[in-house]
Amino acid sequence: MNEDYKWHYGLFLGCVIPNRYPMIEASIRNVFDHLGAEILDLPGASCCPAPGVFRAFHIPTWLVIAARNISIAEEIGVNPITGCNGCYGTLRDAWYELEHEYELKKEVNEYLAKIGRTYKGTLEPKHVVQALYLDMGIDHLKDFINHKFTDLKVAVHYGCHIVKPSDKRPWDGEYEEPRFVDEIVELTGARSINYKDKYMCCGAGGAVRTAVKEVAADFTREKLTNMRNAGVDIIVDVCPFCHLQLDLGQMEVNNIFKDEIGEPFHIPVVYLTQLLGLAFGIDPNLLGLIKNHELTGVPPFISIDPFLNLVKGQLI
Amino acid sequence: MSENVEKYIKRKVYKSTNSRIAQKFVDAGLEKIRACINCGTCTGGCPSGRRTAYRTRSAVRRALTGDESVLKDIDIWLCSTCYYCYERCPRNIPVTDMIIKLRNIAVEEGYILDPHFGLADNIFYTTGHGVPANGEANKKWRDLRESYGLPPLPPTVHSYPEAVKECQELMKEVGFRKLMDNAGKLKEERAKKDEEEEKQ
Repeated sequence: MNEDYKWHYGLFLGCVIPNRYPMIEASIRNVFDHLGAEILDLPGASCCPAPGVFRAFHIPTWLVIAARNISIAEEIGVNPITGCNGCYGTLRDAWYELEHEYELKKEVNEYLAKIGRTYKGTLEPKHVVQALYLDMGIDHLKDFINHKFTDLKVAVHYGCHIVKPSDKRPWDGEYEEPRFVDEIVELTGARSINYKDKYMCCGAGGAVRTAVKEVAADFTREKLTNMRNAGVDIIVDVCPFCHLQLDLGQMEVNNIFKDEIGEPFHIPVVYLTQLLGLAFGIDPNLLGLIKNHELTGVPPFISIDPFLNLVKGQLI
Repeated sequence: MSENVEKYIKRKVYKSTNSRIAQKFVDAGLEKIRACINCGTCTGGCPSGRRTAYRTRSAVRRALTGDESVLKDIDIWLCSTCYYCYERCPRNIPVTDMIIKLRNIAVEEGYILDPHFGLADNIFYTTGHGVPANGEANKKWRDLRESYGLPPLPPTVHSYPEAVKECQELMKEVGFRKLMDNAGKLKEERAKKDEEEEKQ
């Protein structure tokens, strides 16, 4: 650990961030470094495993693999943080269960002993947003704002597992209308626009996207319609699977529901640390905001150039 | 008596909530399922039920009364685990966890959709990732990482082959490998039976 940093975290990457939306990984690493928080790798970490699929197939496997992932952070001695609501759901719920059930913890450790590992349970798994909002705090973030957006209308999308189940989350039981992501977004000068069913699920999670893509897309169609009706410029989210569903899924919606939606959707999707980093004055290249156009078939599928053009004139 | 009335009187009635499935919930420490009074608050807040035939209340009811057709139904796989039912249940039943457990029971009996089976049996087991970036077919994802100044493979199981072995060892020990092999066998048997029935 480098003592020059005030905070230290073990970045639990999961699957979708490093393997499909690595621009999110780049923005988390650079924004945290900028804020004085050291990001350490968790070598050999696996899939969390995903709560909607692998937990739904076999709960014991889910718990044991999750405990192994947390044990990697324990070895280094840092809190695991994740930028993914799904990974957060898994790591946090597993941690919560193991903290409250001694017998279960004993059993899990018997399995881990077979690969020479132990789960202690001393380090709370956190979300990237939790680290920003609860560990560092709004005042700390405010000190780093260099540019303020003067006219940017944002649809904040929370996703589900960042706030629910609320008894296992750090937001004092608030799940119906949380405000913490909106508060961070508004630090940048952007306006968080209220839209119908703002807290609704994107549709991808819980194995639904893998099971029937059209059902997931129908959730997304409803969300996008409500966002467009509210007149937003961009979507800001805090989960790569929501991000995938709102970006790649937006194309799918345009295709599957083309007769129902009228104009196709083209709302740029931006991850919270990308927006925040831009307001801090970090090079957009380091925030994964500049696409290499030689690559094909890779995200962002919905161009974020309209967003970059919009804020170019707004950056004071 | 009209035919319909007679049909109604003779219909199959599930009286007991002491079913085999309900017992599995109790054994797993989820006996709270028995507190369900079928009020429908779960269904009322369910974003999936708004657009599909999935009815949370019905799934729980069928599990309680031992209507085993619930295990074969694709409906239980259309829950996006958004947790509104869990949060709003007036009887404090962790409803979403019940659906997850119900899926576990379905998988045990070989009711797992093909894309889910491929994901678990092959992708997750062999790579340790649910969404991998290794292998020839995934080269573009490694290029994408590099285009953002990141190493082509992340410092996860992808960079540590011994970590994949650790995960596989755990999956074998905890029964995941066996569960998937069994599910694969049951799926195959069922497909064969369906094929034969179709021929006749």
